[in-house]
Amino acid sequence: MSIFGTVRVKNGQYKIKGDFHHITPNMPIRNEEDGWKLMGITNPRAMTYMHSYGGEAPFFESISQGKILGTRCDDPDCEFKGTSYIPFRIHCPDCLSKNTIVDFTDICKNTGTIHTFMVCERFGAFNTLEKPIKFINVEFDGISTILMSYLSIGEPEMGLRVVPIFRTRNPTYTITDLSWVAEGVAEEDLPEGFTYG
Amino acid sequence: MIKFSDRQLKTPKLMRPVYLVTAGQSKFDRAIPEKRTEELCVDALTMAARLIDKSPAELKSYIHSCYYGHFADHFGDQLLGEAVIHDRLGLDPLGNIGVKTGGATGGSTLWEAVKTVASGYSDCVLAMGWERMDEVPTDEGNHLISCAADKDWETPLGHIYTGYYAVMAQKYWQVFGKEEESFRRTLAEIAVKHHGYARFNPYAQAPMDITVNDVLNSPVVAYPLRALDCCLMSVGAACAIICDEDTAMKLTHNTKNKPLRIWVAAGSHTLRPACRRDMEIPLLPNESPDQYADLGERFPGGDRYPGFTGFLAARMSAYYGYRMAGIVDPMEDLDVIELHDAFTISDVQTYEDVGLRPYGYGRDYVESGDCYHTNPNTGEPGKLPSNLSGGLIGCMHAVGATGIMQTLEVASHIWNRWAEIHGDQKIWDEFGREKPDDWTDLQVKDAKRALAISHAGVGSHVTATILMDPDHLLKEDA
Ligand SMILES: [Zn+2]
Repeated sequence: MSIFGTVRVKNGQYKIKGDFHHITPNMPIRNEEDGWKLMGITNPRAMTYMHSYGGEAPFFESISQGKILGTRCDDPDCEFKGTSYIPFRIHCPDCLSKNTIVDFTDICKNTGTIHTFMVCERFGAFNTLEKPIKFINVEFDGISTILMSYLSIGEPEMGLRVVPIFRTRNPTYTITDLSWVAEGVAEEDLPEGFTYG
Repeated sequence: MIKFSDRQLKTPKLMRPVYLVTAGQSKFDRAIPEKRTEELCVDALTMAARLIDKSPAELKSYIHSCYYGHFADHFGDQLLGEAVIHDRLGLDPLGNIGVKTGGATGGSTLWEAVKTVASGYSDCVLAMGWERMDEVPTDEGNHLISCAADKDWETPLGHIYTGYYAVMAQKYWQVFGKEEESFRRTLAEIAVKHHGYARFNPYAQAPMDITVNDVLNSPVVAYPLRALDCCLMSVGAACAIICDEDTAMKLTHNTKNKPLRIWVAAGSHTLRPACRRDMEIPLLPNESPDQYADLGERFPGGDRYPGFTGFLAARMSAYYGYRMAGIVDPMEDLDVIELHDAFTISDVQTYEDVGLRPYGYGRDYVESGDCYHTNPNTGEPGKLPSNLSGGLIGCMHAVGATGIMQTLEVASHIWNRWAEIHGDQKIWDEFGREKPDDWTDLQVKDAKRALAISHAGVGSHVTATILMDPDHLLKEDA
């Protein structure tokens, strides 16, 4: 019997429970064209990591709650004071002071536009998104950067207005909890688990 | 950063002349089950020794320190693989270090080796790169490559690097390519060219005699990119020997290799394309500020730089490298180049970043015929042939080795040894590959100066390696 590895933090330390790896047997690799001589061995690896979101944790919490947090440099001495960031940057890339966390949900809802996109027919191992994946890069008024995400409903094209949707039911707490749809999709037509927040 | 200080833009300077003396490579293939990585590295080093009529032991006796380019520990499932290779090459107790900068790892390894010699620390350095991408199936390999993207913001989105890359291709395709069928065919011609040149290279993994229509009919990977527009996933090794002048003269005395002056410059840009901010275009010596003033009018949507269409890191590697070596116009000053053709379209984007054509006009480098060994429009030699090795699309992309393979390829032209290195029947036989009846000598006549661009991922790291015949320098004090 095995159970998923789970982790919580207590007294500043990780407390773990369950299985963080699974042992699967090594299998020989043999050459069928040469007397089945030994060529190598398989090395199975299934392991669970504990990864800290650190200062970005508020962002990954917020998308599960229907909000998009970004950041802004408010350092009066910074040459680029007032520059706003999505993706969330913990520190200003220019002056390195700690950025202010800002709720940009409304700007995202009202100004999200596709800067570029790509419909990908391929995917790697561990993919959880529906295929083909419609990658989109979304630009927003007043934000200096262009967010990479994916379009769940609609046909991507440059300049298309899109609105965010959030996996608020059974969130995964990964970036996949944030997706986008073309304007005008009824909430009941959103993918399972997603709402407009 | 989006503004750069004069200190940051200083032209790099080597403290003494540095030379490429010899180089070598293994066979490249999708899988090489019969050899361990160390065997491939031994093959590469043995070839490098052979090109200067030395035994491996003789060549080794000159080496003072070692730089190992190996990008992905998780592909080979061996942490500190550099130490394994170093021991198996019998180079203990020399100092050694691993270098990893994604797809630019090979170029970055040369960058370190060159600086080590320039500083005087070593008189002879080994730069060796390899990759072992056959230890997992392709799906898992795609996942492992996607781990080089931002693991929180990008990797969970499909676990497919092409997804993060091809959004840039799409932008270029629509803004600068204007979605023209003629441009799509130009891209296909690049794939035909690179698979075609790979036919004359016994080391190459994907020789193909194909047509533009074959490319256009290959499966869509990420529209407009198709399977034959994409680079390979490979196994293999390549190495170079970098020396100061005295050692270079000793090692090449009475051999066919003339020591070649070498410079390497590097640039970088955000790992996440999402984090790119707008800036002014850093200009190359052959460009003027006014020439881009109306870029957005000529190409609607093309007014953001670098936006999702330019590779700032490639631009900066050329910015530093050209000034360091005295290159003003790469089309006039260079004779042969190897570019990092991860995709046909990124090849075109790079033409602009490194100044072969102004921004917006990269396709003309192909359409003019300049990029070919023999210009198909005129039947005359191409003005600046590129990727005669077959490049990443036709020859290989064994990541840590790629930038070094490119450097060997362009050096073989300046050494005037291309035909010998690629045409020797023994090599074809040893690799179990059939030399085509129409095998063609792609030696670029009188090649004196060359460039190799080594490029990581979405442009996070790029190096420009410049080689010159020391009797044909462009700048006295370079
Ligand atoms: Zn700041």
